Amino acid sequence: MDNKYILQKIRQYFDGFVISYEEPHDLLTVTVKPSVINDLISYLKKEPEPGFAFLTDICGLHYPDSENQLGVVYHLHNMNNNMRIRIKTFVSKDNPVVPTITWIFSSANWMERETFDFYGIQFEGHPNLKRILNVEYLDFFPMRKEYALEDPTRDDKDNRYFGR
Amino acid sequence: MEENTNLNTQEYEKNYSTLNLGPTHPATHGIFQNVLTMDGEKIIDAEPTIGYIHRAFEKIAERKPYYQITPLTDRLNYCSAPINNTGWFLTVEKLLGISTPKKVDYMRIIIMELARITDHLICNSVIGVDSGALTGFTYIFQEREAVYEIYEEISGARLTTNMGRIGGFERDFSPKAIEKIKAFLIRFPKKLHEFENLLLRNRIFMDRTIGVGGISSERALNYGFTGPNLRASGVDYDVRYALPYSSYNDFEFDIPVGSQGDVYDRFCVRNEEMRQSIRLIQDALNNLPEGNFHADVPEFYLPAKEKVYNNMEALIWHFKIIMGETNMPKGEIYHAVEGANGELGFYLISDGGRTPYRLHFRRPGFIYYQAYPELIRGGLLSDAILTMSSMNVIAGELDA
Repeated sequence: MDNKYILQKIRQYFDGFVISYEEPHDLLTVTVKPSVINDLISYLKKEPEPGFAFLTDICGLHYPDSENQLGVVYHLHNMNNNMRIRIKTFVSKDNPVVPTITWIFSSANWMERETFDFYGIQFEGHPNLKRILNVEYLDFFPMRKEYALEDPTRDDKDNRYFGR
Repeated sequence: MEENTNLNTQEYEKNYSTLNLGPTHPATHGIFQNVLTMDGEKIIDAEPTIGYIHRAFEKIAERKPYYQITPLTDRLNYCSAPINNTGWFLTVEKLLGISTPKKVDYMRIIIMELARITDHLICNSVIGVDSGALTGFTYIFQEREAVYEIYEEISGARLTTNMGRIGGFERDFSPKAIEKIKAFLIRFPKKLHEFENLLLRNRIFMDRTIGVGGISSERALNYGFTGPNLRASGVDYDVRYALPYSSYNDFEFDIPVGSQGDVYDRFCVRNEEMRQSIRLIQDALNNLPEGNFHADVPEFYLPAKEKVYNNMEALIWHFKIIMGETNMPKGEIYHAVEGANGELGFYLISDGGRTPYRLHFRRPGFIYYQAYPELIRGGLLSDAILTMSSMNVIAGELDA
């Protein structure tokens, strides 16, 4: 079983939903449409051949310049063959809705809450989607790129003074 | 009967009480809050609240050059900082395509295994404390101190070590450091044996821990357990063996597994892992190759301090590296190391600038702590405390 075989399997069942794929550092990365996340991940988990039965991580992404700005990244792991796969999906900033996978993996619960907390991605069907690390009355999503880390009114840290 | 009583029906019903455990409570060893629903002393449900020491490391990392992120990783799991540092450097080296000399790999194994020992020591001795045996804790902390002295000899710092460089180490292990490691290797197994004897077959300890806070292997995998907690429930997944990094595949070591996944099994697995760490350190030290203690990457490896003070070019390089004036290659990387608590992953996206575009830490503690309500449901309050200390949740790692 190698990346080519897994990709072929994914293409076989979810052909219309795969947007692109790449292999940075030998890790198969498949970008799919958000509507297929549920089916794809439960397929990857349940079938013995891809067999990605362990959810390593979920995290969010933000690319302000692209059309679908917000992204969710899933890392799955097959412990028998020690292979990983990365699934990405992108949604627009106005309607950032991705189906939840908490019914497939219990561990997705807090990971999705964290992603919601920082990027504002709504996980449809999540049992308890509220902020986890930040305070509940925070009214913005701090990991989005428009929130600069430093106070924009400060002028003593101008990049020009550092030759940048 | 019913018409004779004037009580309304709600008062017949069983009343649950709500108990607020934490955020600052001496039994929780860190800032954890749990709102417990109790029926007498039995726990019906728990609602953990986290984020009390959230420091926005992922956001800060998007603004910092790569070297300046190392101190942030120190503060994730501060009980085993060298593992975090090395994990971060390995991630950056993977991005840059640097291959390190064997000597660096072996030196890294030595410090990472020392860190694993300190982390497991704290966890195991605290299980003792929470079950009422303070003695082991006070004895074994001498050994933790010995490891911290070794860190001090190698890097100058004790807790948040900031140890190493991209491509290797700041300096070679001094003869004094080697001497201290050797002395530790001779003394520690005896002390560990003594410590284990205090608790392992202790009737009170066994009664308190066997069958408490157990989890099956399926549930543990479903909850994203990794590290000793997963191995205690019987899955032999260890990143050091499964996806070897830093030349771990040169060494032979056993992966201890438990069967019940309860507090006792976690205790035993951690104890055995310390023995395996000793074995690894011993092997690495005996086979420590001759050679350079860093890879030859002048663009990323900081020049020696004496040169920085006396040599103009070295000073320029020092400034450029620290301020991140060298652009990094583009890339997307997930790299995991076996942290003391489980799989510590770094998901790094570089867009070619001086700072990461996105850096996400896969903190094992954050992921498996969500199983805590399930583990303690139906148990007693005192068992809940034991379960928490046996899971070894570190607040810094939990909240990032």
